[in-house]
Amino acid sequence: MRTRWQRIKDSAFLYHFLRDPVAYVSFAILMVLTISAFAAPLIAPHNPYDPTTIDIMDAELPPAWTDEGSRTFVLGTDEMGRDMLSTMLYGMRISIIIGLGAVFLQAFLGIVIGLLSGYIRRLDNILMRIADVQLSFSTYMIAIFIGAIFQTAFGVANYEKIAAPLLILIIGLAEWPQYARTVRASVLAERKKEYVEAARVIGLSKLRIMGRHILPNTLSPVLVISTVQVANAIMSEAALSFLGLGMPLTKPSLGSLITAGFEYIFSGSWWITILPGILLVLLILVINLLGDWVRDYLNPKLYKG
Amino acid sequence: MTAINANTSPDGSDVLVSIRDLVKHFDISGSWIEQLKLQDGRLQRKKTVVQAVNGISIDIREGETVSVVGESGCGKSTLARTVMGLYPPESGAVFYREKRIDHLSEAQLKPYRTRMQMVFQDPYASLNPRMVVGETLREPIRFHQPAIGSRELKTKVATVMEQVGIDPDWQNRYPHEFSGGQRQRISIARALAVDPKFIVADEPIAALDVSIQAQILNLMMDLQEQRNLTYLFISHDLSVVEHISDRVAVMYLGALCELASAENLFASPRHPYTQALLSAIPRLGRPFSHKKLSGDIPSPIRLPSGCVFHTRCPYVRERCRQEVPTLISLPDNSRVACHGVEEKWVPN
Amino acid sequence: MGKLLSIEHLNVDFAMRTETLRAVDNVSLAVHRGERLGLVGESGAGKSVLGFSIINLISKPGYIDSGRVVFQGQDISTYNDEQMRTIRGNRISMIFQDPMMTLNPVLTIGAQMKETLLAHASISDAEATAICLEKLRKVYISSPGKRLTQFPHEFSGGMRQRIVIAISLLTNPALIIADEPTTALDVTIQAEIMDLLLELCESDRMGLLLITHDLAVVSQVTQRIAVMYAGTIVELGPTGDIINRPQHPYTRGLLGALPQKAGDSRRLNQIPGVMPGLAKIPPGCPFNDRCNMAGDICHEKRPPLIVKQSGNQVACHMVD
Repeated sequence: MRTRWQRIKDSAFLYHFLRDPVAYVSFAILMVLTISAFAAPLIAPHNPYDPTTIDIMDAELPPAWTDEGSRTFVLGTDEMGRDMLSTMLYGMRISIIIGLGAVFLQAFLGIVIGLLSGYIRRLDNILMRIADVQLSFSTYMIAIFIGAIFQTAFGVANYEKIAAPLLILIIGLAEWPQYARTVRASVLAERKKEYVEAARVIGLSKLRIMGRHILPNTLSPVLVISTVQVANAIMSEAALSFLGLGMPLTKPSLGSLITAGFEYIFSGSWWITILPGILLVLLILVINLLGDWVRDYLNPKLYKG
Repeated sequence: MTAINANTSPDGSDVLVSIRDLVKHFDISGSWIEQLKLQDGRLQRKKTVVQAVNGISIDIREGETVSVVGESGCGKSTLARTVMGLYPPESGAVFYREKRIDHLSEAQLKPYRTRMQMVFQDPYASLNPRMVVGETLREPIRFHQPAIGSRELKTKVATVMEQVGIDPDWQNRYPHEFSGGQRQRISIARALAVDPKFIVADEPIAALDVSIQAQILNLMMDLQEQRNLTYLFISHDLSVVEHISDRVAVMYLGALCELASAENLFASPRHPYTQALLSAIPRLGRPFSHKKLSGDIPSPIRLPSGCVFHTRCPYVRERCRQEVPTLISLPDNSRVACHGVEEKWVPN
Repeated sequence: MGKLLSIEHLNVDFAMRTETLRAVDNVSLAVHRGERLGLVGESGAGKSVLGFSIINLISKPGYIDSGRVVFQGQDISTYNDEQMRTIRGNRISMIFQDPMMTLNPVLTIGAQMKETLLAHASISDAEATAICLEKLRKVYISSPGKRLTQFPHEFSGGMRQRIVIAISLLTNPALIIADEPTTALDVTIQAEIMDLLLELCESDRMGLLLITHDLAVVSQVTQRIAVMYAGTIVELGPTGDIINRPQHPYTRGLLGALPQKAGDSRRLNQIPGVMPGLAKIPPGCPFNDRCNMAGDICHEKRPPLIVKQSGNQVACHMVD
């Protein structure tokens, strides 16, 4: 018996991955970004959440390589005197958590609804019309509604505490139809295959056929859209934060950092908004490049080898 | 001729599975909004129905192989799936040992699932690609015998794998690691895992190479002897059917044209369609001598009136366009649905 | 009979990620003028690759490694795309299993036929129409004038294949390569199409290379048969000899596996095992691991394809 590790080592997946510089460079950058984001409390030089370490006198210091820069703050400080590097690392952590959380919620809802819709034909019409209705609301409209309701209900002070789970909920609820449609399409293709008929001839229940036979065969497209959806969710969060509906400034995500710095861009403090902007673009770019690669790899029609 | 009533159970104790006046239609018109059509200046709701199987009756005796042959679109696969309860029939009945099973719920059907199993055509689609073959074989056994011990389960799977000629050590492999012929063996093993009496085989060798076809056919015949299996064998390959069947049913456009013993059918086909079909079989080293049929097969959405074959039949007469022929019994126990045979204007 | 097409020591390789696989291994084969040759083998034997490599249609990662393809005295294996176009679809036509591979679903039959014609000859539109009608009549398409304005989806599978044949006839080719032309069709339609191909080849003295897995079909249509196994030709001879007196153990096994040959015995003669994948072809004779006659020499030396006592060319150490 070959070990699992040997199987992975010999797999075509790894082979093609290592032969595509775009794929492995993107993956390496994504790993560095993710690890440094989650290790932020350990590696960040300052703690932006701890008000006692922040001195307003340090506000708007430019990055270290400029003439006025200080060595204590490598990438400068923001308008409140927080270290930009630390704040960006913490902010990226929040962005990634919200992105992943929202995608998990979307995927869960979408897979369940897509499976039901694709396999139990009676439910198809109603579920897909709900998805259509859902898609005709924009994410931002839903966010503005729910955000406004929660802010008035809990007060702006308490909003800070529930902001992250709330954003996960909003983005998760807004975009599940993507998953539902993808899963439904592959269920419709799979359910006609003979292994599903064989399972029915054995007498297995609908639930078991859906869960054990059809679901595992619909996961490749789910994997592909997941990469795109993570990127989209991070972007949605950034856009909501930019509009002031997302993370509060005390616990900033990349999006809220960009907004906050936006006001200072004309006073010459470009780094407050540009640096988190570059980081956001880089993060989204590598996720999308990886997603493209995974899609090409899993789609034998596109894949030339 | 005795009228066959769908509500009476078949007589003759050796009949294992009895198909009575089975009708299966498919509504392909989609949702109601797609059914709307503009006709005569008015918006009307019209359904498009494929009449796949129209009143087929076959009794299958224990231990025999009955083959259903016909060209693509004749409804033979639909017949197989309706018998297996994968499609609910529009009307008619299916009996297993005199018990009517076509209207049962999934729970009531469960004991019959161990009696009746199915083997499919495409060895690449009939095994779950994400499941190791051992699990594919364990699942049906565990499902029907939840109390089975793990050691007994293991021996059972190993035995059935050996029986179909697959090394039991390969249980942890995925289907893509096997060749087409091996997959078809695994597919047969899955059907056998629950010890059925009756197996519906839907074109089980159509996707295989010639030398592999022989292996699978031999395996199926060996298993039939060992386990006293009864087969309903669906195929378009007439020379295979001639070789393995006891009786053969010829279908055309959802209707049964002829049902006879393999010997009689291939020696003296009665129905004009059977005659044309048999003459088209490519025979080794013999020149062509096929009877050409005019035109194409009509659409099963708009079946021809009377005999469904009348649009292409070289012996067609007026009665054929008006009246649907019923199966008549001939002296040699062959049954044919043809006015021309009944009135003896179709040559033998 | 002069040679129309002659394949000489052709090797076709596929460059895979870890190794180079040989799909066609040192094949030499000739089609004479007006001759119908059957190329028989199971899937993976390399018969389609051989067919495609004749007209240089093998797609990457496959390529012709060495050998020559001589058509009407010219080595066409070295032709570039531009030169190949004067041959492919012109002097040599191809018919595939799926007619929709040839037919464009969004163009009418007439448009597609004329396009083919005008690509190879400078004639007027009216002349082109006349030729199209003539060819459609030749393949027994009723009311051809009306058919020209119809789209492929308006035809049945058998009619589509007949239209493909009509298209392949447009340029009066000297050779037709038909790759499993009837595999997707029902037997009654298969018989019609084969009958038609036979008739056309005879009336126009066209060469036919019929690639198929169906021995019975080949036996009814062709004059000679080449049997392929794992990239090599294992037996080559007149159709009657191959069918009635097969020499190579594989040919014998293949014929014996047919129910028609089983006679009264219920069990079919079966060849054990499966054809090896290209990466797993054994050394020596490629058939040695499935052969009941194999001796030591079969595991050491590749048998050459030579004329044996029977008159057939056979690649087997054990046949005299």
